[in-house]
Amino acid sequence: MSTDVLMPALSPTMTEGKLAKWLKKIGDTVKSGDVLAEIETDKATMEVEAVDEGELLKILVPEGTDNVPVNAPIAVLGTKGERVAAAPAEAPQAEAPQADTKSEPKPAPKAEAKPAPAPAGEKDSGEKDSGEKDWGEKDWGPTSEMTVREALRDAMAAEMRRDGDVFLMGEEVAQYQGAYKISQGLLDEFGEKRVIDTPITEHGFTGMAVGAAMSGLKPIVEFMTFNFAMQAIDQIINSAAKTLYMSGGQMGCPIVFRGPNGAAARVAAQHSQCYASWYAHCPGLKVIAPYSAADAKGLLRAAIRDPNPVIFLENEILYGHKFEVPTDEDFILPIGRAKIERVGDDVTIVAFSLMVDVALKAAELLDQQGISAEVINLRTIRPLDIETIVASVKKTSRIVSVEEGWPFAGIGAEIAMQITEHAFDWLDAPPTRVAGLDVPMPYAANLEKLALPQPNWVVDAVKKLF
Amino acid sequence: MAASQAKSITKTSSAARKRTGKAAPALDRDELLAAYSKMLLIRRFEEKAGQLYGMGLIGGFCHLYIGQEAVVTGMQLALEPGDQVITSYRDHGHMIACDMDPKGVMAELTGRAGGYSHGKGGSMHMFSKEKGFYGGHGIVGAQVSLGAGLAFANHYRGNDRVTLAYFGEGASNQGQVFESFNLAALMKLPVVFIIENNRYGMGTSVERASASRDLSQNGAPWHIPGMQVDGMDVMAVKAAADQAVAHCRAGNGPYLLEMKTYRYRGHSMSDPAKYRTREEVQKMRTEHDCIDLARRELEALGVAEDQLKRIDDEIKKRIQEAADFAQESPEPDESELWTDILVEA
Repeated sequence: MSTDVLMPALSPTMTEGKLAKWLKKIGDTVKSGDVLAEIETDKATMEVEAVDEGELLKILVPEGTDNVPVNAPIAVLGTKGERVAAAPAEAPQAEAPQADTKSEPKPAPKAEAKPAPAPAGEKDSGEKDSGEKDWGEKDWGPTSEMTVREALRDAMAAEMRRDGDVFLMGEEVAQYQGAYKISQGLLDEFGEKRVIDTPITEHGFTGMAVGAAMSGLKPIVEFMTFNFAMQAIDQIINSAAKTLYMSGGQMGCPIVFRGPNGAAARVAAQHSQCYASWYAHCPGLKVIAPYSAADAKGLLRAAIRDPNPVIFLENEILYGHKFEVPTDEDFILPIGRAKIERVGDDVTIVAFSLMVDVALKAAELLDQQGISAEVINLRTIRPLDIETIVASVKKTSRIVSVEEGWPFAGIGAEIAMQITEHAFDWLDAPPTRVAGLDVPMPYAANLEKLALPQPNWVVDAVKKLF
Repeated sequence: MAASQAKSITKTSSAARKRTGKAAPALDRDELLAAYSKMLLIRRFEEKAGQLYGMGLIGGFCHLYIGQEAVVTGMQLALEPGDQVITSYRDHGHMIACDMDPKGVMAELTGRAGGYSHGKGGSMHMFSKEKGFYGGHGIVGAQVSLGAGLAFANHYRGNDRVTLAYFGEGASNQGQVFESFNLAALMKLPVVFIIENNRYGMGTSVERASASRDLSQNGAPWHIPGMQVDGMDVMAVKAAADQAVAHCRAGNGPYLLEMKTYRYRGHSMSDPAKYRTREEVQKMRTEHDCIDLARRELEALGVAEDQLKRIDDEIKKRIQEAADFAQESPEPDESELWTDILVEA
């Protein structure tokens, strides 16, 4: 009896990958543990090992095929001499599927990859920047498509070329090319003096980077995820954020702390937390949370040039998303300016990072129901661009904030308060928030989905305002 | 018990001198005279700070350095311009050793505009980039990682500057201290780690806080050379400092010095120091005081009594001026509340 070998998921967020090479050919005998094929994602090459024994009867996906969806059959194993009646499927379509990035691939039952060294974000949603320019942002001219991952790398490379005092340090940033492949190629270009692998000691290396910044260098510290920065948060708050004040202005700390923040997928509570409100609480820090690749590139460049400590909250699921990014070599975005992603009249939806995607999807759904939503992408959490939010609320008279983090003392709470302070008389309904559920993130796929804001949550919240 | 402790310190002293390979004092007459003046300046400063604290002119935490003056004084003598110093919250002595103006330090203690941080830092948080002093840090152990970072910057820039990172024996148990040892050894950073072992982390004796019986060997797993030094003897400190600083300056990576020292006062002004006997303190003061020791050496070298008296008088005058300045300097303007939060780009 034949069994299908399925395209394996190599990380919690992978939804597709490239079948790079077959290491077995049709007719070969395969034993459990044999390497069948090599699979490439945009961050790693992995080997697919056989779980079952038998003869490789058929190869369904030729080597070199891109964008093979997780769980698609890639080969058939069976007993020697067995005939395969019909190919179960054609080679999977190469186009990126319409995917809800939150939907989880089922575990591949018949093939296992060697352990993924780190979770990876893999999906290209094909979403485009809305291209709205009429809120007064500079028009940077021609654009080209790139992933958030590439945008972050390009931003660091551009600033490192520009300023010899800028360097990158963190776990796996150099030889491994980045746990999430953000720093791919940087070691080759800048060498080990400026792209520095650290041991897994967040507290120590963060303190060291802060000390280097106090002496005038401009470190970029990559945290493999912001969950691990909690080990170093004393150095971030007490040393980096406060020393300028405590020194009467003598001791600046030009440093960027960056890495993925918030929930990835199926990594449970200790690895799924949004730190936006933690850091935004503290004077002395700037806090940025980009959504698009253009945000990522323009704002990371600005963060590196900023003479203050900047917390740069990325999102793993967005790393593989593609957006249009200005090709102008000098492209940079101002810190502290929100972006109107979609113009609307009836309600203002404020979001940041991946939740902008949720907000835009909700706006589509609302549009079908005759409600015109304006979507604001905060881009910077602190300093908060309250002017842009207030101007929008004066037009729409209703506001809903969307965030992935917990509701209590969250960014939504702050926005609601500030709107109450600045635009109370324009409101036709109470400021409302949509947030992640007030629970540690569960592992089970169904429970995880229930814990994170979905477009219909936003739709429901908006409709209650009318 | 006090006697045996004191004895072991004396023993360490001779051993340290032997290990440094300098049987002869590391300071000539003029250098010793300068060291004596510096130690006395620190002591008188701290005594005055204690006095102003008692008068309610200094608030919050105030950790005095009295008894430990030989450590910073001896270490500083091995530095060159451009080298850096960073320490914890028991920091007044380090600032004065770095030649920061006692007026500015005292005015910071009183929270006045003329203070080094314009009154916004206080006793534990003062800085002078100009003098190579990088604080003044209030969180136990944090300055050790920061100090490794200053050394990292020197290494990155390819200069031959050396960083001194001071911490207490209490902080020596901190995880980030060991992380910093590893990082500094791994990257060969030019940093001298200096444990000022004054035997009590607040009220807990070193024996009750650390399973390590020889803190100078705490860097051994990372092959960081370590040395115990009689921290009550400025000449022994200077000899050890020369060796450690030369090691770092030559690009050989970090060095660890354990200074056996003693604080005469409580952990902070509010500490009654009931965890040790009055006799223990008294014995250290009378038999091992760093200033008395230097004074005896100077007298033996033929320095006249009236010359020492002139130094004493001059220092008293300087400290009185600092105290006056610290009281006359106005409180910071209320607008200072909102300055220095962020650097304006």
